[in-house]
Amino acid sequence: MSKQNNSFMNWLDKRFPVTENLERHLTKHPVPKKVNFFYIFGALLMVIFMVQVITGIWLMMFYTNTEEGAFASVEYIMRDVEYGWLMRYMHSTGASAFFFLMYFHMFRGLLYGSYQKPKELVWLFGCFLLFLLMAEGFLGYVLPWGQMSYWAANVILSLFGAIPVIGPDLQVWIQGDYVLSGATLSRFFALHVVVVPLLMIALVVFHIFALHEVGAGNPEGVDIEKHRDEKGMPLDGAPFHPYKTFSALPAIGIFFVIFFAIVFFVPEGGGYFLEKPNFEEADFLKTPEHIAPVWYYAPFYSILRAITFGIPFLGITSKFLGFIIFAASIAILFVVPWLDRSKVQSIRYKGIYSKIGMILFAASFITLGYLGTKPVNELRTLIAQICTLFYFLPLILMPIYTKYEKTLEVPERL
Amino acid sequence: MSKKIDQNRRRALHITSGIVGAVTVAGFAVPFLSAWNPSEKAKALGASVKFDLSKLEAGAMVVLEWRRTPIFVVHQTSAAIENLPKLDAKVTNPAKEEGITRSANSSYTVLKGVCTHLSCAPKYHPEIEPKAWDQEWLGGFFCPCHGSKFDLAGRVYKGVPAPTNLEVPPHSFDGDVLTIGEVA
Repeated sequence: MSKQNNSFMNWLDKRFPVTENLERHLTKHPVPKKVNFFYIFGALLMVIFMVQVITGIWLMMFYTNTEEGAFASVEYIMRDVEYGWLMRYMHSTGASAFFFLMYFHMFRGLLYGSYQKPKELVWLFGCFLLFLLMAEGFLGYVLPWGQMSYWAANVILSLFGAIPVIGPDLQVWIQGDYVLSGATLSRFFALHVVVVPLLMIALVVFHIFALHEVGAGNPEGVDIEKHRDEKGMPLDGAPFHPYKTFSALPAIGIFFVIFFAIVFFVPEGGGYFLEKPNFEEADFLKTPEHIAPVWYYAPFYSILRAITFGIPFLGITSKFLGFIIFAASIAILFVVPWLDRSKVQSIRYKGIYSKIGMILFAASFITLGYLGTKPVNELRTLIAQICTLFYFLPLILMPIYTKYEKTLEVPERL
Repeated sequence: MSKKIDQNRRRALHITSGIVGAVTVAGFAVPFLSAWNPSEKAKALGASVKFDLSKLEAGAMVVLEWRRTPIFVVHQTSAAIENLPKLDAKVTNPAKEEGITRSANSSYTVLKGVCTHLSCAPKYHPEIEPKAWDQEWLGGFFCPCHGSKFDLAGRVYKGVPAPTNLEVPPHSFDGDVLTIGEVA
């Protein structure tokens, strides 16, 4: 700990270790000197999380969580509340931005091996955060009680109903009614504004504590802890403040320029951020022509729909198998640290199979995302099935090819 | 001063407090998890619906409401009962195992009145006469939204947008009383 020359800080630190923790987690925390563009998404995620929390609290002040009042209260926020439209569009655009940043942040992790020993827990907490974010987004999308809120929720809840034996009862229990109704809406509201955000905050803290224990990575996969100066500062590292804080500021600025350009000029994102049927109140007798998820769920929804076959002799329907594969597509990310057997961290020093695998994985994810927003036909289903295969294969085969492929020598210094 | 720690006593205390703690948590979980079950109000609204069939003459249909879904109850004419097997070749899934009327009764048909295509309400057309949508119409349901055709037992014709037969809700007959929502 540095010398205290401020008597107030001195008094405080003896009772509550502010300086020690600030130094450990913020000011003196060493980070690699050279990183690239991909390393900004973590900071931006913190920023967008704060945007969501603040706009969410303000929306909650005007929203009504009943079947009768929900849709009208959203219109009230949009038309009558001063700057209500800004709060709502920031929140809805924020949801899309959250996923966009999350996907890039995780892809960075996959590219540069940010999950490898000893960073397994950093990655694991991150995967839990992705899962919670998906739950949070789904719950939030139901709240405006528009047509797409209602029918998309019906599709997802009926997946629970497809589980053999316990499914139908489980679905009724989650809904709190025999059909999706106001009972469902009000419990989703409680989960969306209290339960899931609290868990997310806890996991963000865990994610960062674990990261600061093992140290941030870099695109080269060089261990900066190996070479230190006489004060113990890694030679290839720099203190977080002011080096990282100030280099993040322009990025945050640029991010907000893009963010607000969307909020002000294309808040609906051409029907991809806010879907058109959601401007009509939920009607349980009228299904929309085409039920499509918001873009950020599209890749996973595509995987769900690609499973058009069941396992009849095990009594597994196509719908339930779809649910299993859909769940597996997220679950498999959790075990990536134990699938990668490579001696090197970064894709830069990995072999050709890792590179091909990463390209196939990313291309499949994007293609699945495109297909998920379109109505099904035979050709699209076939492409989705192929892409589902190429989403899983690079990960499933990882233990084999990462062990045997030829890797390059990683330099000592960054 | 140091007294020897009685490890057995300590282990016994650990185990008993662990069990008591687990039972307490499990016990208190019951009310919180049960609160998610359908409330008495939701149960009342979702309860089974009874209907006296003696009021329904042959060839007529009545629309009941059960769990926010319209339920079609059709009293089939003897002509309809004769005609239904003739349509086996024209429908996607003849559903022979469900019986001619697809219900637990040989003269009534009970269906969810929701088109299996996009949930529009199919219209009841029991007349046996040429229609704009079918020159050999033997009576059935026609969905005005996208032209799906079903026969009087709710079986979907081939070559229309709806993929499956109209759904049969759980139901039971007790003399003249039809109960929707309960299987006998």
